[in-house]
Amino acid sequence: MLKRLTALAATLIVAAGTAYADPIAGGRANVVIQPEPPSLMLGLVQNGPTQMVAGNIYESLLRYDENLEPLPQLAKSWEISEDGLTYTFHLFDNVKWHDGEAFSADDVVFSADVFLRETHTRLRSTLEHVESITAPDANTVVFKLKEPFGPFIGVFEGGTMPIVPKHIYEGTDYKTNPANNHPIGTGPFKFVEWVKGSHILLTKNEDYYIDGLPYLDEIYWHVIPDAASRAVAYETGVIDILPGGSVENFDVSRLTAMDNSCVTDKGWEFIGPLSWMWLNNREGPTADKRFRQAVMYAMDREFAKDALWNGLGKVAQSPVSSSTRFYSDDINKYDYNPEKAKELLAEMGYDGTPVRLLPLPYGETWQRWAEAIKQNLEEVGIKVEMVASDVAGWNQKISEWDYDMAFTYLYQYGDPALGVARTYISSNIGKGSPWNNVEGYENAKVDELFDKAAVAVTKEERQTLYTEAQQILTDDVPVAWLLELGFPTIYRCNVKDLVTTAIGINDGFRDAYIEEK
Amino acid sequence: MKDFWQRFRRNRGAVIGLVLLLAVILIALFAPLLFPQSPWKMVQRPFLPPFDMGQYPLGTDALGRNVIAGLAYGAQVSLLIGLVSTVVSLAIGIPLGAFAGYFGGWIDDSLMRFTEFFQTVPSFALAIVLVAIFEPSVMSIIAAIAIVSWPPVARLVRGEVLSLRSREYVEAAVLSGQKTSTIIWRQILPNTLSPIIVLASLMVATAILLESSLSFLGLGDPNMMSWGYMIGAARTVIRQAWWLSFLPGLAIVLTVLSLNLIGEGLNDALNPRLSRKGK
Repeated sequence: MLKRLTALAATLIVAAGTAYADPIAGGRANVVIQPEPPSLMLGLVQNGPTQMVAGNIYESLLRYDENLEPLPQLAKSWEISEDGLTYTFHLFDNVKWHDGEAFSADDVVFSADVFLRETHTRLRSTLEHVESITAPDANTVVFKLKEPFGPFIGVFEGGTMPIVPKHIYEGTDYKTNPANNHPIGTGPFKFVEWVKGSHILLTKNEDYYIDGLPYLDEIYWHVIPDAASRAVAYETGVIDILPGGSVENFDVSRLTAMDNSCVTDKGWEFIGPLSWMWLNNREGPTADKRFRQAVMYAMDREFAKDALWNGLGKVAQSPVSSSTRFYSDDINKYDYNPEKAKELLAEMGYDGTPVRLLPLPYGETWQRWAEAIKQNLEEVGIKVEMVASDVAGWNQKISEWDYDMAFTYLYQYGDPALGVARTYISSNIGKGSPWNNVEGYENAKVDELFDKAAVAVTKEERQTLYTEAQQILTDDVPVAWLLELGFPTIYRCNVKDLVTTAIGINDGFRDAYIEEK
Repeated sequence: MKDFWQRFRRNRGAVIGLVLLLAVILIALFAPLLFPQSPWKMVQRPFLPPFDMGQYPLGTDALGRNVIAGLAYGAQVSLLIGLVSTVVSLAIGIPLGAFAGYFGGWIDDSLMRFTEFFQTVPSFALAIVLVAIFEPSVMSIIAAIAIVSWPPVARLVRGEVLSLRSREYVEAAVLSGQKTSTIIWRQILPNTLSPIIVLASLMVATAILLESSLSFLGLGDPNMMSWGYMIGAARTVIRQAWWLSFLPGLAIVLTVLSLNLIGEGLNDALNPRLSRKGK
């Protein structure tokens, strides 16, 4: 028996576009791209700027709404067998590549099984759970897993599994294929030209497989290397859309105060950037659980959110971002409570040993944030020495465990098995990387919970396991969680339906349209 | 001494400078009494404008920190770094210059080539590199400023010593069998004191500027509130809150100006014939 998770594309498009007026076709979106991407071939390069542009050229089987529930993309419907081992996707049957060739299930098999296995590190480790990928007919793809793998339904996103054309890449050297300079996908926009250092131009795909989409005629990506110039370009009307992170935080309030200027912090739910302070669990005062809890109580995170992040984002309560699957609300929460912090410090007998604090050298906002937290901590009696450092020094100090407290932020990719477990499981302790279990937290129970949860079959089972893990972690406080970062996308209010999915404007232009002012 | 004070007083600018500097010194000394709370403490809502709230007469910065407290503690940092780094560079420059000038010959040549090596490297660039290598802290900043500031001292002292060592009283001292070190220390150096004092007062001013520039670039000691840091942090919000950059900037201007005025006054007072000639 199959559990049908079918949803018709048409209904969803209507649901996504619950605007008051009918969408209007036509117009050009002027967007900033920062920094200029190294390549637009999404199958080879998956960094932020590449995906932001190429996410409109290439597509995957699914996209995800802001609760990370799958939506149709190339697959119009799909089923997961009850044992969690077989994923069957039914593809749209009228899809064409931008060069006119017909798209079929063979392209999906080639992309996932051959091309991306070779080029895509993050996907490759996921594909280790896969036994076979087959195409029983031209419009059906079947993924068979070796064992149940909960996060699997979350890997069919554009940047994780972009579908590339088999007829162009099969049997060639992928890295030197001339098509890399003129990417060919199935997406709503086609590549026109890329003048390095100036702009990238995409034009509407007239043969797109969903009637009426996209609405825009063109997307014009402007390359402007200087942050202040990007802000000015928006102010003077050259630019309509500033993707998250393209202007300095302190400019955001000024730009959003302009007429016809809107801002949203949505569209980051899929990667779920979560910031925290590493606390060195091995030595010094931070090795004491009560000290770490005191740090959590001492920090005024609401203040930092309002004063430094323009009120965008959310105070992080758990190691799992609230936008990531299996976040649980049933955990130990830490509100700003300096008295409680002082009590805990008194109870542990903190002797005033100074702790070193390493800010994230990513600019003014992070520097101010470190100053604010230092002050918060000193007010409850913790002596803090700020250590100045550049990016290379920061990387090295963290990788070599030479710190007491250090700022960072990491992505979660929608599922605790993909983006959370790596920070807390003891098998991931090892010098030399600033992204693994750097704090040196070891808890056999937590290891076991994460292991079990990754391969549990049902959602309910996984939720139970992850809830327990979150309860233990929020009691042990291996790291001091700060904010679920909200990177603001600033845009003219008459650009509608720009951010409708958890992937944000990376695949947002399909549904976007421009309304007359 | 009375003479000196009278000549100094004749230069009205110098007196104004002295009053200003004394004010800055007093503020720096009494900062912990005037503002018992740390200048890093977030006391009010951010961006409180000046003169809005009696308790915080100059308003608050982007994190709600008391600006006037920051200025007072900044005075400590500026004066401390200005003075100490000047003392250190004098300690390097004076002996080097004195040896070079007194012994001449190859010692002079090699010491002066060594000095020129430091003079040819742009001093601010060198200071940035030094602070970046040793990680910003009070010690590394003082060291960096001292290392880039001593060459003018060495050259000045060498010139003075060169002209003094052929004077009759020095030759008399040599004939009377005094030790070389005694001659340099007792006979020559005291007579080079006045130009050194004038130079030193200007060097303190330069050092304060250097420290401010380093802090502005984010290379200040992250644990100390300094004027350059305040400007650097406020630069990003200059369009919303210009006074946050303006006030510490004004503090730097006034302090540096006062030191320059004093330097000029000292020059007048210590070299009366030289300075009055042209006027």
